[in-house]
Amino acid sequence: MTTAPLAEGSGESSGGEPATHFMVQFDKVVKKFGEQVVLDELDFTVTPGERVTLIGPSGSGKTTILRLLMTLERVTSGHIWVDGDPLSHMWQGGSLVPANEKHLRATRTKIGMVFQQFNLFPNMRVLRNVTEAPMCVLGLSKDEATERARELLEMVGLADKAGAYPSQLSGGQQQRVAIARALAMQPKILLLDEVTSALDPELVADVLNVLRDLAQTTDITMLCVTHEMQFARDISHRVLMFDKGRIVEEAPPEQLFSAPQHDRTKSFLRAVLEAH
Amino acid sequence: MWDWDNAIEVFPLILKGLQVTLIATVFGAALSYVLGLIFALLRMSRLGWIRTITYWVVEFIRTTPLVVQLFFLFYFFVPNVLGIRPADPLLVGIIGLGLHYAGYTSEVYRAGIEGVPRGQWEAATALSLPQARVWRAVILPQAIPKVLPALGNYTIAMFKETPLLIVLGGVNEMVNMAKGFGGRQFSYVEAYTEVAAVFLVLSISAALLVQLMERRLGRQRV
Repeated sequence: MTTAPLAEGSGESSGGEPATHFMVQFDKVVKKFGEQVVLDELDFTVTPGERVTLIGPSGSGKTTILRLLMTLERVTSGHIWVDGDPLSHMWQGGSLVPANEKHLRATRTKIGMVFQQFNLFPNMRVLRNVTEAPMCVLGLSKDEATERARELLEMVGLADKAGAYPSQLSGGQQQRVAIARALAMQPKILLLDEVTSALDPELVADVLNVLRDLAQTTDITMLCVTHEMQFARDISHRVLMFDKGRIVEEAPPEQLFSAPQHDRTKSFLRAVLEAH
Repeated sequence: MWDWDNAIEVFPLILKGLQVTLIATVFGAALSYVLGLIFALLRMSRLGWIRTITYWVVEFIRTTPLVVQLFFLFYFFVPNVLGIRPADPLLVGIIGLGLHYAGYTSEVYRAGIEGVPRGQWEAATALSLPQARVWRAVILPQAIPKVLPALGNYTIAMFKETPLLIVLGGVNEMVNMAKGFGGRQFSYVEAYTEVAAVFLVLSISAALLVQLMERRLGRQRV
């Protein structure tokens, strides 16, 4: 482990990982809310360093995938694996049993999430928002955490806002702080849940540029739910099209966006393009 | 009829009584803030049986009269459970007021805690913050400022209920002092009028303070 705020390495390569190693693996994952089936025996994998965009109509289960990974929801059945370890379950006497709170606490540190509504802590200044978890969870000293936070705030272009309260920032600025806050925990996987949906249009670009930079300069694994198709095309290696809790089509972005195969994908993309 | 000599003579006694009234209010309020928060947190415990027990304790406190609780504390709880014999009436009064009002403040805290957006919990989870830290650093600092006016209102209500401690005997708060003086002079009107005036002035001042607090909180964008 380095103390640099970002994992080293750049570009597409995930650096010598065996091909069989997945950063994320969904194995027949079912998620129901009451009678409603949100994810229907979903299988998919993400390799280390891969950036995957999830698209699809609302209610198709994309956000639920991120929330399951962040352990904000529990699977109804099936298994989720993260970086070789079970996430939804844990080993007990040679078999997998549903994870307890302790196991979830230990495994979720590999994952960071940025939310649609930012969810910064309004009672803390920007700097403390970014230093709180590294100090409290990773045990960094105040100086180390502050140094890391300042580097990250620099990266998102908000070095001068360290002393501000979230309510004094624009939505776009708050979201960039939220990105810095998530990265301060040095997660292996970053989940982006419609991170620009709550923003005024003129603030979207700043946030997306930060994420583009991040994609270019690090090999952090990203799962991204977005309606920004150009952004998805720019950063992702692969796009998954969801409908009714299943993947209906997956392909590299240039292929999926220019030559979608499935009718559901075609109509969805048409609808999104018209809306913009 | 109104006698100015009586009115002037009793006033220092009333002020002396006011000290006891304020002691009962301040310590009773402090106890109700602390106990109420503890009740509120226990009501949200992950363990079902703790939630159930706390629910019934709070319900019991809120649905039985304060005066009955005071007698229970005075004759049973403080001498036999806390082992303070004979039970000091003022101490019993403070515990009684604090416990009784904790039943109400716990609901106030609960509303405040439930008012913190779910996204705050989720962000804290996403950062792997331990539960205790989430409460202390994220949830309570957002919940408590919002409920300060409501806590203030209950404190004013408690202040006005301090004369009830008269039933314990030997708590020389304002009303008891007025009663004693009236009995000696065969004239109650001056003493009770002054007591009422003191309550009026202090309650209104406190209410204005609470209003000011509400307005300041309303302006915060948190």
